[in-house]
Amino acid sequence: MMDLSRYRKDFPILQQTVKGRPLVYLDNAATAQKPLCVIEAVDQYYREYNSNVHRGLHTLSERATRAYEEAREKVARFIRAPRSEEIIFTRNTTESINLVAYTWARQFLKSGDAILLSEMEHHSNLVPWHLLREERQIELRFIPVTPAGELDLSQLKSLLDGVKLVAVTHMSNVLGTVNPVEMITAEAHAAGAKVLIDGAQAVPHMPVDLQAIDCDFYAFSGHKMCGPTGVGVLWAKSEILREMPPFLGGGEMIHEVFLDRSDYADIPNKFEAGTPNIAQAIGLGAAVDYLSEIGMDNVWRHEQEMAALAIEKLKSIKGLRIFGESAHRGAAISFEIEGVHPHDLATILDEQGIAIRAGHHCAQPLMRKFNVQSTARASFYFYNVPEEIDILVEGLKTAKRMFGYVT
Amino acid sequence: MSLDALYQEIILEHYKNPRNFGKLDESRAKAHYENPSCGDQIDLQILINDDNVVEDIRFQGRGCAISQASASLMTEAVKGKRLDEVEKIIESFTSLMTGEGEITVELGDLEALEGVKKFPVRVKCAMLSWTALKSLLEREKKS
Ligand SMILES: Cc1ncc(COP(=O)(O)O)c(C=O)c1O
Repeated sequence: MMDLSRYRKDFPILQQTVKGRPLVYLDNAATAQKPLCVIEAVDQYYREYNSNVHRGLHTLSERATRAYEEAREKVARFIRAPRSEEIIFTRNTTESINLVAYTWARQFLKSGDAILLSEMEHHSNLVPWHLLREERQIELRFIPVTPAGELDLSQLKSLLDGVKLVAVTHMSNVLGTVNPVEMITAEAHAAGAKVLIDGAQAVPHMPVDLQAIDCDFYAFSGHKMCGPTGVGVLWAKSEILREMPPFLGGGEMIHEVFLDRSDYADIPNKFEAGTPNIAQAIGLGAAVDYLSEIGMDNVWRHEQEMAALAIEKLKSIKGLRIFGESAHRGAAISFEIEGVHPHDLATILDEQGIAIRAGHHCAQPLMRKFNVQSTARASFYFYNVPEEIDILVEGLKTAKRMFGYVT
Repeated sequence: MSLDALYQEIILEHYKNPRNFGKLDESRAKAHYENPSCGDQIDLQILINDDNVVEDIRFQGRGCAISQASASLMTEAVKGKRLDEVEKIIESFTSLMTGEGEITVELGDLEALEGVKKFPVRVKCAMLSWTALKSLLEREKKS
């Protein structure tokens, strides 16, 4: 197995004990931990050059502006975006998707148009479209999910009829499934639809090449990829960004303002009204440097190996059921154990220093599809080691014993 | 370990074999409560006779051991009790969970849930059926 354990020491938070045991952090799909270099980049900004960007003509402001814009360039290179001005800093994936829904979709979608989503979407890629549908007669369609937890693309061509936007997740935060976004994009484009990919679970874990995918919009969050909370990214093709109306109005996003009207700035500023999350964007730049040094190929290989090993070991527990059996998958693994509710599992594991997530994972329609209210989810990152899988399995066996079942 | 205090034998027993599980006549008012953050669900129905005594009470639900055992124990505690006694039980149980207010009645088996207090995120699970009961009683009072 690929050994990335040397990177663990970079994470101060992973050195602690919880309830007297070394912390086993397996809730990485919710948010990832931060390496010292990211914490220090944020710290350094506040200590040495805190000032506003794009405004001041003084030394500190120039330095802050440079660092902020460098972060944009780093992010662009990281996901192979053709141009760095196509990187819009937002707060998170949710805001990025909402930005598209509130600007592009409200400008270009008319009553009668259809949007194609999937049954495995996070609420953040469902609710913005529900809101849009409250304003106009948009039809929402859904690519079904198979019992194995994959998108059923057999009817894709007919589903695409009349569709103006396809919005799907790159990797499911519940099932771990990686969707064939290049193929979906090609089919959608052939049918005349634009494509938005929710990359919240993909960018942190695998090499992402936007030029290869060729989608129109791509959204992700900094906090799931070792960056600070409060910064996310919307990437879109520049010609699309230029024809989109602005999202929020205010400072930074204007070219010239008169009392009764204003001309908007060019991209990316047009979509970054007000003082942005400067420290967080700089921190995200540091996270991108850090991940690039490890190499996203290595991160991805390690996670696939960890997923395979974890699934094999979890299956040795009697009565344990895993949701999602795709061969194309990352290391977010949802499961349930017969007779022990996921919340009880989470509480019992926490008492042993193991952090997992239990709940609906902001994907209630998908829960309904699998006829469960909630699942337990263990999600791994490159700093997790195989021994932590064993600790998880032992913890789950303890839970079963507490509930009076043989293991 | 405090986990043993949380998952006492009696709680697990009620989780696996819930008492008063099921439905009353469809015509009885029903309270449906769920915890949106975790999906625990409770449906509760109650039958109060002319002497203001809880003649029957039934619940259906899905959820964790704490929420389901609490519902089961609750139905046992209030069945056959007068409404003024039921109100005291509700108040006392709420005090047991929150550490605020007074415990004025014998809680009996319900005391097994005391361990939940040490797990603040789980208090909501234990209280779910009790919130449903309170709202049902308020509705009954009005009608
Ligand atoms: C697939 C997916 N989409 C969207 C989101 C929303 O991300 P955020 O809460 O950072 O906006 C998440 C994470 O919770 C996710 O896993």
